[in-house]
Amino acid sequence: MTALRNDGTLDRRVAVAELMRDPGDLLVVTGLGAATYDVGAAGDRPTNFYLWGAMGGAAMIGLGIALAQPTKRVLVITGDGEQLMGMGALATTAAAKAPNLSIAVLDNARFGETGSQLSHTGLGADLAAVAAACGWQNVAIARDMDEVATLRTRLRTESLFAVLSISAEEKIRHLPPRDGAYLADRFRRALGVAE
Amino acid sequence: MQNPTWQESVYAALKAANVTMIGYVPDAGHAHLIKAAHADPEVDTVVLTTEEEGIALSAGAWLGGKRCAILMQSSGVGNCINMLSLPLNCRMPFLTLVTMRGEWGEFNPWQVPMGAATQPVLTAAGVHVRRADQPDEVAEMVGASAALAFDSQIPVAVLFSQRLIGAKVFVK
Repeated sequence: MTALRNDGTLDRRVAVAELMRDPGDLLVVTGLGAATYDVGAAGDRPTNFYLWGAMGGAAMIGLGIALAQPTKRVLVITGDGEQLMGMGALATTAAAKAPNLSIAVLDNARFGETGSQLSHTGLGADLAAVAAACGWQNVAIARDMDEVATLRTRLRTESLFAVLSISAEEKIRHLPPRDGAYLADRFRRALGVAE
Repeated sequence: MQNPTWQESVYAALKAANVTMIGYVPDAGHAHLIKAAHADPEVDTVVLTTEEEGIALSAGAWLGGKRCAILMQSSGVGNCINMLSLPLNCRMPFLTLVTMRGEWGEFNPWQVPMGAATQPVLTAAGVHVRRADQPDEVAEMVGASAALAFDSQIPVAVLFSQRLIGAKVFVK
C-alpha cells in the first residue's frame, strides 16, 4: 500500500456536505476543530454530536453509541490530527467489530486549528494502512468527488474506515452549538433514551 | 451455599445498576470482573488500549441510552485527565473502578508515584472519589457510586485499595 500524498484536492465543505446529504437517522460524532465546523455547516441536527475538545475520543464515542444502538448507523467524521491522537482506538474499534460503525477521516495532513503545522500523515504516516493493520476489514481512500459519493453509500452500509484526501485550504469557521450538556441531552431525546 | 466473594458481589452490584457495557485495561485485581463480563451475553465487553478510551466509550454508551463502567488500575488514571472534560462538560455519568497499586506492600517502585497521585488527581479533575478498604463494604459502595454517577450524572471513581486486593507478589 502506498503512503498518502500530501496534496489532497477535495474541498472539505463540499466533501462533507456530500457525506451528510440526506442523513436520515444517521448518528454522527465529529472530532474537534474543522470536522465539527464542516458537519455543522452541512446542517445542524439533534443527532450530530460535536466535539469541541476531548481530542482523540471521537472514534471511541462512536463505538459506544454503535454498541448501545445496534440497529442504528453511526458515522464518526474527524480529522487526521484527532485520529492520530486516538490511534489506539483504531485497534479497539477493529477488535470490537461493531458492524454499524464507520469512520471518515478528513486528512489535510495538517493541524489546521493551530497554524497548519504538518501532521504525521504529512510526514509519512498512512492512517488507512494503520486501520487495515489494526484489523479494519474495509478501508478506502477518496481523492475526488466521485469517490466521495461512493464512500457516502459505503459508510452507511458497511463498517468502513475511510480517508478523504482533502485540500489544506482553510474555510471560514462555522460554529455549531458547543454546550456539551445541551448537545448530549438533545441527542438522547432525539433517540428516545432520555430518562 | 458458599458465600460469594466480594468480587462476585461487585459484579452483581454493576448488574443491579443496569450496567450493560464494560470497558477495561486489564489488571490482576479486576481479573474476576473481566472474566465475568466476557462470559455475560447481556454485557458488551470492550478491551481498551488506554484508559482514556474508556471515558469516550462511556460517553458514547450514555448517548445511546446505555450504562457503561470502566475498569482500570491506578497507573491508568493519569492517562485519563483531559478526557474527563467530556463527562463534565456534557453532564454525563462516568463510573470507574480503580485497583490501587503503589500504596500497600508494593514491590515495584514505578507504581508508587501514580498510586500516590491517584486520588488528588481525580479530585482535581472533578471526579467524585470513594475508597474501599474492607471486603464487606465494596459491593455496597459500588452500588451507591453507580447510583450517584448515573442518577446525578456526574463522574465517580471507586478506588479498591491495595490492602483489599492484596499486593502483587514478585518474589516467591
